[in-house]
Amino acid sequence: MSEQDNNGRNGKRPFSFHTDLSVFMPATEEEKAQQDIMRPSSTFWRDGFRNFRKNKLAFGSLILLIIIIFTILIVPMLIPYGYDEIIRIDGKRDKTLSNLKPMQWSERELEAKANGKEIFPHILGTDSLGRDYLVRTLYGTRISLFIGFFASIIVLIIGLLYGSISGFAGGKIDLLMMRIVDIIYSLPDMLLIILLSVVLREAIGDKIQGTFLSKLGTGMLSMFIVFGLLYWVGMARLVRGQILAIKENDYVLAARSVGASNARIIRKHILPNCISVIIISTALQIPSAIFTESFLSFLGLGVAMPMPSLGSLASDARGAIQSYPHKLLYPALMICLLVLTLNIIGDGLRDAFDPKLRK
Amino acid sequence: MWRYFVKRIALAIVTVFAVMAITFFAMNAIPGGPFDTEKASEPAVKAKLEERFNLDKPVGEQFVLYIGRLFQGDLGISMRNGREISLIIKQSFAISAKLGGISALVAISLGLTLGIIAARYRNKWPDRVIIFFTTLLQSVPSFVLATLLLLVFTTQLKLIVAWDANKVNYLLPVISLAMYPMAYITRLTKSSMLDVMNEDYIRTARAKGVPRLSVTYKHGLRNALLPVITYIGPMIAYILVGSMVVETVFTIGGLGQEFVNSVNNRDYSMIMGTTIFLSIIMVTMNLISDLVYKVVDPRIDFS
Amino acid sequence: MAEKILQVKDLQTSFFTDAGEVRAVNSISFDLEAGKVLGIVGESGSGKSVTAYSILQILSFPGKVIGGQILFHGKDLLTCSEREMQEIRGDKISIIFQDPMTSLNPVYSVGNQIVEAIRLHTDRRGKEARDRAIELLDLVGINDPERRIRQYPHELSGGMRQRVMIAMALACEPDILIADEPTTALDVTIQAQILELINELQRKLNMAVIMITHDLGIIADICDDIIVMYAGSVCERGSTDDIFYDSRHEYTKGLLASIPKREKSEELLTPIAGTPLDLLNMPAGCPFAPRCDACMKICLSERPPERLIGGQHYASCWINDLHELQKQQQELEAE
Repeated sequence: MSEQDNNGRNGKRPFSFHTDLSVFMPATEEEKAQQDIMRPSSTFWRDGFRNFRKNKLAFGSLILLIIIIFTILIVPMLIPYGYDEIIRIDGKRDKTLSNLKPMQWSERELEAKANGKEIFPHILGTDSLGRDYLVRTLYGTRISLFIGFFASIIVLIIGLLYGSISGFAGGKIDLLMMRIVDIIYSLPDMLLIILLSVVLREAIGDKIQGTFLSKLGTGMLSMFIVFGLLYWVGMARLVRGQILAIKENDYVLAARSVGASNARIIRKHILPNCISVIIISTALQIPSAIFTESFLSFLGLGVAMPMPSLGSLASDARGAIQSYPHKLLYPALMICLLVLTLNIIGDGLRDAFDPKLRK
Repeated sequence: MWRYFVKRIALAIVTVFAVMAITFFAMNAIPGGPFDTEKASEPAVKAKLEERFNLDKPVGEQFVLYIGRLFQGDLGISMRNGREISLIIKQSFAISAKLGGISALVAISLGLTLGIIAARYRNKWPDRVIIFFTTLLQSVPSFVLATLLLLVFTTQLKLIVAWDANKVNYLLPVISLAMYPMAYITRLTKSSMLDVMNEDYIRTARAKGVPRLSVTYKHGLRNALLPVITYIGPMIAYILVGSMVVETVFTIGGLGQEFVNSVNNRDYSMIMGTTIFLSIIMVTMNLISDLVYKVVDPRIDFS
Repeated sequence: MAEKILQVKDLQTSFFTDAGEVRAVNSISFDLEAGKVLGIVGESGSGKSVTAYSILQILSFPGKVIGGQILFHGKDLLTCSEREMQEIRGDKISIIFQDPMTSLNPVYSVGNQIVEAIRLHTDRRGKEARDRAIELLDLVGINDPERRIRQYPHELSGGMRQRVMIAMALACEPDILIADEPTTALDVTIQAQILELINELQRKLNMAVIMITHDLGIIADICDDIIVMYAGSVCERGSTDDIFYDSRHEYTKGLLASIPKREKSEELLTPIAGTPLDLLNMPAGCPFAPRCDACMKICLSERPPERLIGGQHYASCWINDLHELQKQQQELEAE
């Protein structure tokens, strides 16, 4: 017998271990089907949320953010001081109340306590005018979050509308709309916000005194206006790009060729791809808006006194850095914390939902 | 290629013009406007203003005259102290440019280096450390960083960091300005490198026997740099705006601080002049980075 | 018999992904003789490209060769250092890829990329290298080579780009040229041209060629020997005649049966039933069993070993064992 290699016949009886010839019987369909294990399919959303949950950092940040939101909503209710309340003892202003360190009491407060009065501690001390700092910081956080969120919504709505119209319309309309976008895109946004704040402050500052708008301040107004005028272009481009790409895509063609209606195509194919990108972009817009707002407030162009903003608190604290470092530390850390958690959540959303990154 | 250049330059010119118009008319919307002699702080200034500006002409004509003066380099005079704005800008911008330039260089060089390292050692400890720090740094606005650094250095280390032309004292301001762009560039470079290194032509280069280092730098980096080049424009804008705060915090006498002061002092002619100047710089930087991109990437752009 | 310049023995390559280990190449063996054309045929995911990349060790993360030997002129490539491999790549063993658009660096000129290969492995520099590049472009049938050399990949057509790839690969007259689906991304008319070019160059330079493809037509045309792969394993290997006229594996038979034939144009097409394998969840027995019409119980539980059919013809299918058993039984009864 040939001994070419060990793979074939080697002179001995090679099948001696196969005495049971029944294994050579044909296999049944059931037996074959057992081998067919395919991975369970799931929808785009379920996959995405599962991915997000798996990302411990992003999920943790989400929890942290929820905790922060909870805190700033509930805690001020528990503290008996208002954010603009200059604290009085027995109806009289207390000069010694200013610039208390955390958990410190003023002389007059100590007196009152000795007399049996219950005084809520100033957990983060007080500011130079005798206002409780914790409440102001928490309120400032509320303002920052609100503004960040609201500004992002403005960007989302305008950008989405503009981009969709441009994308769906196509042709000359699309070309024109995008030219406008190009010009707006090149404008220096920050400078214009500052410019507009200055103008608004002078032009209408007196006229809106006493209304809700004056509480917000001309700085914030101008920020919203500029956001509405300028910042949506990024979103518009994104949306338009998505719509164009998907319109051309083969799977839309395929769906159409099997008779799917336009609505169905939009719902099942265009939307999931668009939405994830839009959500991610909006989520990352919020910390950027908070950045901008705190920057403006730091320059003195943000929310008007006495409404606190993390930026203005930080700015005010600058002068007293050596003596009262805590006044700078808390708002600064809060800004970082807010932006950090939002950034991580935004990144996590992108990692979880970006179809290109999915394995 | 040339068509693109022409279109791009035209866009830049239109933008600058738009900014000039917006600025001028916005300033004039303020009751009194930038040339109102009543707003001048001193009679001497008031006299100078009256001498320089024809305030009884209609706004449109004022605008044309203003543009005309701009082209001659005349930005008007400060309402606070009557000095030539162009002179103020020239002197203070020299300082800001130095600070900004160093910050930009630091951001780019560190950012590229860290990004390449992070991509190379993906998922190993260098990458994790780098990602950790860059995520942190991206969440700290320049003014927060500036004030925190000031806090740490003055209270804890008892060092008074006075500004002078001494190199050492650039340290804190540069750190405050450069950290955010550096973090951004790091992440951008890393993801760009990872994308590029997965491309087919990298595999071809390896298959030809190109040594590892060459593959990364000659073939990979050149392609990976492209997104970073597009970031340079926005980075300059960030640094210019950020310098406003950083200069204020560290009391550096640059253009940024001058601008903040003019905002607080309601020195409208100064605000106007500075805004236009800074806008021109930003638009020009954006233009340059777009043109450089086109030169580095010879592909036809079908966007 | 000609020299066996490449001998692959029990090669195993896996990808260590987050989802688990994917065994892309599962213990395959084959030989390549100098100056001959070997075809590797199989579906997408069968492991043919991974085999090629394993030979040159240009697997991308997270792939790793985890076992076996690759003997090139007797030396095991898997024991070579990165330095040694760099000297072999592009010089002794070259490879051309499927998609010439993405396989060429877009920011460098075509000439630059060819000259790079020349400078890496020869002593030619400057003008000499450039002249050689022009010579190569001419060899692969590109007209006006002096002008082309300065052009960028996106300025050339698909067919021309592939010719550039070939020029780059042949710059140093390698012993082996691996062609990984070189015509799949090209138009049909260009396909024929490129194949003809490869054929012609192979004869001219007396190179060994490994032609990887899923197109049986190409295989029949230019290959001397064939390997049929499925799910990372070699089903059958032998000369072209062996495979086409005496196939001994159910998968090979299925492949050949599924080719639409002009003479039988009224008959229904006969595809192979079932879906390709999920390499993350490999079944215990023969990888093809679930889709096999002749599947037996043993096929599901044990992998068939490779058996010699005759000459250089090997197959891994229990059917052959069954036939062998039946033959032995008959011989016994005849005694």
